[in-house]
Order: sequence, then structure tokens, then C-alpha cells
Amino acid sequence: MKNTIAERIQDFLKQFPPFDSLQAEDLLLISSQIKVLYVQKGEYVFKQENPCNDEFYIVREGAVGLYRNFDTDQSLVDICDAGDLFGLRVIIIKKEYRMSAIADEESIVYAIPTQVFEPFIEENKEVNKFLLETFAAHARNYFTETDKGQRIDNTISIEVAKDLSTLRSISYLKKPITCLPKDTVRDIAERMTSKKVSCIVIVDKDKCPVGIITDRDLRTKIATGMFAVTSSVDQIMTFPVITYPKTITVAEAQIALIKQDVSHLCITKDGTQNSKLIGILSDHDLLVSFGNNPSVLIKEIKRIKKVQELRYIRKQVEKLLKTYLEQDIPTIHIINIISEINDALTIRIIELAIKKMIYPPPVSFCFLVLGSQGRREQLLLTDQDNAFIFEDVEEEYYESTQHYFIELANEITKGLHTIGYEYCPAEMMASNPRWCMSLSKWEMQFKDWMTTPTEEGTLLSSIFFDFQYIYGNVSMADKLSKVVFEGVNKGNRFLALLGVSAIQKPSPLGFFKQFLVEQNGEHKDTFDIKTRAMMVLIDAARILVLYHNVKGVNNTLLRYDKLAEIEPNNRELFESCAKAFRVLIKFRTRQGLLHHNSGRFIKLNTLSKNDKLRLKRCFRPVRDIQELLRVRFQLKNLI
Amino acid sequence: MQFWFKKNKNYPVFWQNYLNLFSKKKQKQAVQDIRFIAFDTETTGFDYTHDRILSIGAIAIKKNAIDVSDQLEIYLDQEIFNKNTVEIHGIRKNNGLTKVIEKKALEFFIDYIGDAILIAHHAEFDKKMINKALSRHNLGTLKNRILDTGILFKKIKHQVYLTNQQNVHYSLDELCNDLKISKSDRHTASGDAFITALAFLKILTKLKKNKKIEISDLFR
Repeated sequence: MKNTIAERIQDFLKQFPPFDSLQAEDLLLISSQIKVLYVQKGEYVFKQENPCNDEFYIVREGAVGLYRNFDTDQSLVDICDAGDLFGLRVIIIKKEYRMSAIADEESIVYAIPTQVFEPFIEENKEVNKFLLETFAAHARNYFTETDKGQRIDNTISIEVAKDLSTLRSISYLKKPITCLPKDTVRDIAERMTSKKVSCIVIVDKDKCPVGIITDRDLRTKIATGMFAVTSSVDQIMTFPVITYPKTITVAEAQIALIKQDVSHLCITKDGTQNSKLIGILSDHDLLVSFGNNPSVLIKEIKRIKKVQELRYIRKQVEKLLKTYLEQDIPTIHIINIISEINDALTIRIIELAIKKMIYPPPVSFCFLVLGSQGRREQLLLTDQDNAFIFEDVEEEYYESTQHYFIELANEITKGLHTIGYEYCPAEMMASNPRWCMSLSKWEMQFKDWMTTPTEEGTLLSSIFFDFQYIYGNVSMADKLSKVVFEGVNKGNRFLALLGVSAIQKPSPLGFFKQFLVEQNGEHKDTFDIKTRAMMVLIDAARILVLYHNVKGVNNTLLRYDKLAEIEPNNRELFESCAKAFRVLIKFRTRQGLLHHNSGRFIKLNTLSKNDKLRLKRCFRPVRDIQELLRVRFQLKNLI
Repeated sequence: MQFWFKKNKNYPVFWQNYLNLFSKKKQKQAVQDIRFIAFDTETTGFDYTHDRILSIGAIAIKKNAIDVSDQLEIYLDQEIFNKNTVEIHGIRKNNGLTKVIEKKALEFFIDYIGDAILIAHHAEFDKKMINKALSRHNLGTLKNRILDTGILFKKIKHQVYLTNQQNVHYSLDELCNDLKISKSDRHTASGDAFITALAFLKILTKLKKNKKIEISDLFR
């Protein structure tokens, strides 16, 4: 029978996620089971600590505030406007509410019975994902409320919601740094610095925790001059400490940290202050357990002591990447974040590798990454390409110095391999004596490539010109790039040769506009998106910035931006190149994530019609930029 | 006595059941626990004798919430037709809606409302239309207590703001404007019933603001 009211509710709901992903008849069924609430300003929809109602809510009109109480404090977690969902906790766990919902103004709210909705949560992935995300966002917000400086990026992380439900116990630092009550402040500050920790626990002779000193104590009590650095730690420590047994869950830890207004909890054997200290849990650990905030990840990377653990982080990065792609975050933004994390990972691996060496590096050095990582457009882990430059040494020491760096490089490449970078099949790695040289030898090498170009030389230089300083002495990298630009200035013959290699790349489409696939080899019948499309754009951008003597821009997208600035008459072409590159890189990344590989070789039959069209649209700028190179460097005569 | 008994026997089952609901004296109920039903009728016109009900829309209010799952929307098959009112309610004679005969519609309605307290805007009109229809089928009159949002509304308005005369009756449109209720689906029975229900909730909340409210207060 006709139900006009349910139809109107359906009309409203279908504008908003997750309802927009439901079938019309399903949504009508849900709409016909809804209750309509009217709340006046200040009236409760539900109250913290009350048992969950068997329904969740969507604001129809007005605004509802979510509040969280601690003792007498009430803090605002979020304001929900028309179309916003709240009270989702009941879907995750049917327990007491953790927040109160109070009308911020006169509001009409639809209550959706969970019973009616539950089947769709299980059936429909979109719905499931959205609800968890919304719930997690609210749940996280109230946690970070106490720590505004570290507000977690709302756009990230879905996985966490499951953890929040949460009997999951949290991981904590197992062997905390400790000291005795009579140690001096200066001593412990030095120890904290060398161990890179922000807190130290003071224990008695039975190893029971008696107090704690954090960076904050040093800041407020020592740096202000209140106590001398020669004071004993028991004078400035905070005590008693808050202790918990190791079975503490994420939820308990959250509440404890917020309630006690502390940043660290001590984990003891039986959970009291009178038993042995076995670990320490910081708000940072909690944040990490919440997941994928890039800045948290980077902080975490810096503290990790084992390469294996870095591998776990890199896996998180992949999740992060997936979420970013799903949310259509601008490519340049994604590239920046992921490169930042990749760099941090590489740096940490180098640091760990140096520690493993018997003695520290004999001379100053510089570690470079090349190729896609050097251009900072590496989203998926591909091959590793890297190189070492070390300071010039006297001839007699050269061999032993090089030997040291090759060994170090072996350690580094092994580490990179552990976290997921494949070894470079062409051995373009710092562990290869050819790519591990002193600065003056490198300079000679680059000059050689540019003055007597050979085919191998151009290929290699196309990789080496996109180098990026990662670790060590940055001035060496600068000197090397100076050599490159000076060499280019002397004549454009070298650029012309680079241009030839760019226009000789196999074309993506055949005569009949069909995709051209690999004819043989391991990747037979797949489309090579890297060689046939992306490389041309990358090469052309590099050649043209060298031509214009633009220094310090490695990223292909930024290079095209810069070129559009320098050559306004070709702006349109450069912009379309950048756009095509953005599409291609996203495309490749999606493919890679889907098939757990580099995404380079694409099976055409897995693509939808729409995807194929999108790909084909990218090939036009590829052809156009090849034409531009051909004309500018008069390549016709060279081929 | 004889007469009453005889007549009672002739009543159809649904009407007997309906009467039974009112036979016992009611215990006092809290406003929270009462089932209210907001309803509205669309008719061919305003003449109680000649005009006929074209549709009835009704929706329940329980525990301060409008329960969309507890609603009724029926369209009636009527011989009498007035093309002048078609413009208002949009119900043409044959427009593809599933229609029921008047007697069946009344049965649905009576079964649905039970002993709930009815709410309507300009309740007197809707009540009379229904009673007339009931009498055409040899049934009694509505037994439910009925609230009028037009009258209730005046309770939340200070005397000063009531437009001059005492007996002025606010239209549903005026009510919507004053209570900030969206006027979508105005002039369909269900739409107006929903608006009436919302208006009732708003009025109730405003009345509660000042003091605890008993059901008897509403009938004053």
C-alpha cells in the first residue's frame, strides 16, 4: 500500500551516505520503519552511560552536538548537521553510550532501528565501510580532544574501528629505560637523549616503579631553573605513577590517559605499584594503534630498531595509499606524503646499517636515490636504485674506502629488500662498485656521459639525472648537479641524444588505435604502461628542464608546472602532459595494489571500457610532447 | 434494552471489537505511554451531507516519537465527485491509486486507531466527516478522545500574540509557519497527518518545558 511519508523520508535519506548506496526498495523498507523525533535545544537524544538504544540516528533538520563528560567537564566532540549520522556505537557493541547527544538547536532526528538496518550492513560493503568510518572518526575525536596538537587526520583509517570495539590489548614498550632515585638529572637527560625516549621510569631496588620523568618535567622544572641539573631525579619526578597490568586494552588505555591526564602509563606485573615494572605505554603507542597518520608513522619509523619492524610500517603505508586513492585525494599530495615516508624509511635503514658496521664511516659521504624514488613519484615499491658518493681520499686509501662503503651498501640494500624493495636487476645499486665512487670520480663519470654519449650512457644518465639526496653530506649532491648543468650548457647535443631515446619509446597505440601489447617474454600480451606511456612523459620533462637549466625540480609533475611557467606558449601542452601523468600514475598504482605488483604490466582484458578510454586519452599528450622534442632538437636527422 | 441489544448484535465484528476497547474504565496513563494518532481526511468538499471522504492519512505517535511503521494511508472509491477540489488534494477519479470502498476503508481505519487518542487539525470537521460516513453504514460514532492542534496551539501562545479575536482558528499553514515545519506534501491526507503529528510533538515539548504535563491538561 502507498506510504507517502516513508517515500518522503526515502527522498531525504537517499541524498546521504551510506543510504545512497542502497537499492530504492530496500531504502523504502528502511524508511517505513523509522521513528521521527523532535528535540528542543538542550534536550538529550541519548545520555552518556545510559544503555544503547536499539537504533541509530540521522539529523533531518537542525543540529545535534555530541558531548563527552569527564567528571564535571563536558567537551564537545562533534556537531552533526542535516544528513549526519550519530549513535552508531550500537552497531559495534550494544553497551552503554560513550557520549551524550544533545540538540544544539531545535532539531528533527530520524531514528533508524538497528534491527531493520543490520542485514544491509552485512550485505553492503559500502555501507559497512561508511558506518565504521563515521564511528571511528567520532571515537578518535574524543580521544584526541585532550591533545589538540596531535589531532589525527580525519581522512584516514578505517581498519581502526575494529580495534576500537576492543578487547584487543595494546602493544607497549617492553624494556623501558629506568634509573634509580638518586641518579642526577643530567645523567638521565643524557641517557634519554641517547636512547631517543621521552620518558624514564624511576624504580626502587626491587624494580617497582616509584616515579616518572618525562620531557615535560625537564622542560618545566629544569629548564626554568627551578631545580639544578645536578639535582637527584627523585626531586623532580612525578609520582605516584599510574600502573596497569599488561592486559590493558586500547579502550582502557584511552580512558586512563585521559582521566589521569598523563602521557604515560606504567605496566607492572600485577598491575599495582608494588610489583615489577615490565613496560611503559605512552599516548604515542595509543596513537600508533589508531593507525595511519603519516606524521605518526614517520615518528614511529625514527624510533624503530629492527628492519623487520619497518616492514610492518611499510605495510601500513600501503593501506594508507589505498585509502587515499579511494578518497581521490590530489595526486601531488599523495606523492608528497608517500615520498616523505619512503625517505624516512630509507634514512632509518641507513642509520641502522651504519650501526651494524664495525666502525663508523671513515670519510663523509652522501647516499642518493635514483629513478622514480629520486623523482619522488614512487608510490608502490619498485626496484631500488641508489648510489653512494664519498669524499675524495688519497689514492692508496681509495680501495679500502670504497670497500667500506660497498659493505655498508650491502647492508642497506639488504634492509631495503627486507621492507619490500626488489633488488635492481641492472645492479644500479650502491653495492655495485660502479655506483659507489668518490666525488671526483662521479664528476668524471657524468662528464663522460655528456661529452661522449653512448647508448648505454644515455640510458644510465636518464636514471642518474633524477637523483635525490637522502642521507649524508648534502653538498656533494649539490656539486654533482652543478656538473650536470654545466655540461648541458656546453651544447645541446647531449640533450638531443636524450631526446632520441624519448621519441624512440614504443608507442602505446597501433595504426587502428588499438593498444599495443608486448609480443613476447614474461609479460607477453600485457600493456607496458611504464615504457609505452609514462617514460616518455618523464624523459621529456627531464630533457626540457635541463634545457632550461632549471635546478632542483625532480618531480615530473612539478617539472611540467615549471615548464608551463617558462614557456607560456606551450602551457596547454605541458598542462595536459601533467594531467596525463597524474592519471597514469594513479592508474598504475591502482593496478599495482590490486595485483600486488609494480602495476607496470597491465592485462588489458581486466580493464573496463571506461578505463581503456581514460588510458587512451592520456596518449595524446604523449604524442604531442614527442613532436615538440622532435622539432626542438631537430631529431629527424639523428634517428 | 431489547433494542440496544438487538442493534449491537447486528454490528460487524470490527465495530464490536472497537466498542469493547472503550467498555472498561481506563486507568490513568502517563503521556509517554499513550498512543496518539494524528490523522487527516481529504474530501470532495465541506458539506457534511453531500460530500464524501476521498482519502484518510494517519500516523502514530508513541514515546514522543512519530512511528512511521505505524501508519495508515487509504484512498476511497466514491461515486460522488467534485472537480473543484481536485486542484487542492490532487486526487482524481481514476488515477491508478488502489482504492477501497467506503465501508472497507472505515473498517481499516477503526481497526487501526483502536482506543488511541486522535489528533487532527480542525478536528471537528474530520470527526464529523467520519461520523457521517459511519452512520451511512449503520455504525455508531467515534468513541476516541480527540485533540485539536488548532486549539492546542493557542495554549503555547501568549494571549498578546493571539491575533485579536478569541475564537480565531489557526490554519495548518499558519501553524507550519509559526512552528517552522516544512510544508511538503501539504494537502495530501498523509502529508497533513504527518505535519499535524509534528506540530503536536512541538506543541507538547513547548508545554512540557514549563511543567510536567498530564494528559488531562491537553483537553482543558
